[in-house]
Amino acid sequence: MRRIRSYTFFLFILLIFSWGCKKKNRIDEEYYRYLSDPNLPPAYGGEFVTASIGDASVLLPVLATDSASFDIISLVYNTLIRYDKNLNFKGELAKKWKVSKDGMVITFYLHKNVRWHDGVPFTADDVIFTYKLITDPETPTPYASQFNVIDHIEKVDDYTIRVYYKEPFAPALNSWAGLYIVPKHLLYGKKVTDPSLKLKRHPIGTGPYKFVEWRPGDRIVLEVNRDYFDGRPYISKYVYRIIPDQATIFLELKAGGLDEAGLTPVQFVRQSNFERFRRNFNKYKYLGFGYTYLGYNLLNPLFRDRRVRQAISYAINKKEIIDGVLMGQGIIATGPYRPGTWYYNPDVKKYPYNPQMALKLLHEAGWYDHDGDGILDKNGKPFRFTIMTNQGNNQRKLTAEIIQKRLREIGIDVKIRIVEWSTFINEFIDKKKFDAVILGWGLDPDPDQYDIWASTKTGPNQFNFISYKNPEVDRILDEARHTFDIEKRKKLYYRFQEILAEDQPYTFLYIPYSLVAVHKRVRGIKPAPAGISYNFIRWYIPRPLQGKRLVE
Amino acid sequence: MAGYLLKRLAGLIPLLFGITIITFIVIHLAPGAPGQVQLQMNPKVNREVIERLRKLYGLDKPLYVQYYEWVKRIVKLDFGLSMSQDRTPVIKKIAERLPVTVLLNSIVMLLVLLLALPIGIYSAYKRNSLTDRTITVAVFIGFATPSFWLALLLMIFFGIQLGILPISGITSLNFNQLTFWGKVLDVAKHLILPVISLSVGSLAYLSRYVRASMLEVLRQDYITTARAKGAGENRVIFVHALKNALLPVITILGLSLPGLIGGSVIIESIFAIPGMGRLFFNSVYMRDYTTVMGILVIGSFLTLLGNLLADISYALVDPRIREGLGER
Repeated sequence: MRRIRSYTFFLFILLIFSWGCKKKNRIDEEYYRYLSDPNLPPAYGGEFVTASIGDASVLLPVLATDSASFDIISLVYNTLIRYDKNLNFKGELAKKWKVSKDGMVITFYLHKNVRWHDGVPFTADDVIFTYKLITDPETPTPYASQFNVIDHIEKVDDYTIRVYYKEPFAPALNSWAGLYIVPKHLLYGKKVTDPSLKLKRHPIGTGPYKFVEWRPGDRIVLEVNRDYFDGRPYISKYVYRIIPDQATIFLELKAGGLDEAGLTPVQFVRQSNFERFRRNFNKYKYLGFGYTYLGYNLLNPLFRDRRVRQAISYAINKKEIIDGVLMGQGIIATGPYRPGTWYYNPDVKKYPYNPQMALKLLHEAGWYDHDGDGILDKNGKPFRFTIMTNQGNNQRKLTAEIIQKRLREIGIDVKIRIVEWSTFINEFIDKKKFDAVILGWGLDPDPDQYDIWASTKTGPNQFNFISYKNPEVDRILDEARHTFDIEKRKKLYYRFQEILAEDQPYTFLYIPYSLVAVHKRVRGIKPAPAGISYNFIRWYIPRPLQGKRLVE
Repeated sequence: MAGYLLKRLAGLIPLLFGITIITFIVIHLAPGAPGQVQLQMNPKVNREVIERLRKLYGLDKPLYVQYYEWVKRIVKLDFGLSMSQDRTPVIKKIAERLPVTVLLNSIVMLLVLLLALPIGIYSAYKRNSLTDRTITVAVFIGFATPSFWLALLLMIFFGIQLGILPISGITSLNFNQLTFWGKVLDVAKHLILPVISLSVGSLAYLSRYVRASMLEVLRQDYITTARAKGAGENRVIFVHALKNALLPVITILGLSLPGLIGGSVIIESIFAIPGMGRLFFNSVYMRDYTTVMGILVIGSFLTLLGNLLADISYALVDPRIREGLGER
């Protein structure tokens, strides 16, 4: 009896294995012939599946604050203008626009053949309504400040509006590129804080995709808007899966469950380096829109001397950090801007790894190892400080450890402290109770960084929490945000970067690459400075490859 | 008995209040406020919105007023609105997540019971034999295996190597087009790997528990008596011994009642299951006070209820306790 039982068990195991082997040996040759054919014509149809770590929180543009919500909103709604692949402005709902000579008035000419997904025509009233909604004190939106510099908006006719500013505001076009227009006819007279407002979970926009369903924590599904004013998008169905674990996303991609997935540096460099992956996926990398830095609390006497900050910048081997933390998938940041933009100054003072130079600067500043304990000291006090960063970001933690090792080598004793995000911001950053922090800033296409560097922004809860104060920087940033002339503006930002490089209020560390894998059946992807997804509506899946996503 | 029950039920109320006060204070003491996580450290964001949100959520009032208002609603079973931008009612948020979690956990519990009972009884009966030792080692290996690691191995083996089971999610993308039985099969397929990952750990726990309790019973005089009067081994084990050996297991089952609605954040994240664990974790991270409190109140109520049920069923099956109650 017992023998029979173990025998059937053995058979069962064998069956599972043979099933698996059978599956592996059968390769759909026809499919792979098509997959390797680069000349298949574009076709409508097909389903595109991508994944995100976080779920959207709300799908009404004026309320949304997280990137997942904007992933969906950007497909369902439109802005008046947007950034093209080279990060220049391009009309969207506005077919053209005009900025007056003095920069005080912007006129937008809107497309006439645009309809909301429910069939109602889009007009200038929607734009004016959206502006009023976002500047209404009752609306809990974080984006009002950029529109508070507007004096008023005049409706010239149903398809022309004129925006009057209180003062010339150079980032104005940038702010319009971020304002998704919402339907007046569905929101007029309603409160956006009303919990029963349907639009928050069921968006109705003018965009290339229409909302189908949202299963919270699971997925969001969109379908193509066949009547999209800018031409019907090729791909019929867009599925946004929420998979909170990066490892699972990668497994799901390899199992054929996804068309696109963001990769970690390890996944990009090592774990996707085999024949089957190369046969099925294309990998893309483009410079990310953010940088990581080591910021010093300039209220702390340790860091008041510029030479000390420069010394630390010399003592940190940034290349080593990029190799160790990002597997080489990043570049050294030399300032707060992304290389390749019109305002990026490539000729600022740089700080290559040079421990001798670092020591020399520290000696000049009065730091010597008097007592021979291996730690520099001055007036009897050893050079000791703590680097803080937030929990949950392993790259920052590793960066801190590498910095710790290098600074110990020149005689600076560094401790590392990792704190949960809200606690970190509320108790340490906002109260300025830190020595140095490792954090990152996102990078906007517009160079205005007044809020981060101006001395007027050092108050509680403001973004110049390192308390950087330089009158020349204040003057430059203020002038630059009121200057529309691109050449003049460029000159100002060039100078601004020179000063920052000299002052080193941050040690700029790295800009990571964005790493993405896309299944080879998806065509029409054209990497550009803006990344890859800027032309998603022109992506297509050739007819013979629609319907299945094999990864054999 | 009825008096005892009433007394116990009445005792639940102050306990529940105590729990809510403590959790309310703790969550409000934690640094941060609803909405802040996404709004902080974004230079495009103007900070007045945080003040506006505080007002909207009623967080500008003194803490005791907030608590009073919250309790006033909760006694009417109104859990309020979530403190996230979409202002969904908390009860709706929980209702969206609860079915998956309860389904997953009930299957796991049932499976663990079905496996642990025979394993425990068998090991006790054959104690110190080779089989018993093998089983012991096996269940302890299961107990020591980190569930996330096991989950990843299972995903790689069944999802990628064999390609026979889905890796993540709870339904396929074409779920809406499936027939009823197709839907059942689809969900079942998605549940296999999470169920295994979750069961392996608790299997050791329960089976060892059954084994220990069975061993104790087998040592009792009435078992010797039963054998002496000539009862067959099956009768001794399954009729005389098992009934008494199961008493402590009932307690354990009662105590695991709240576990039915509390999801595992790790397993839910790895398998991308939209369950209670993730809802709770994200709500704490986002400082969504009302949702956190809602889940905690339901959880603590179920814990207390589970305790009570365990005690009652204990009394029902054990005449010694039942009679002891009657005398009071």
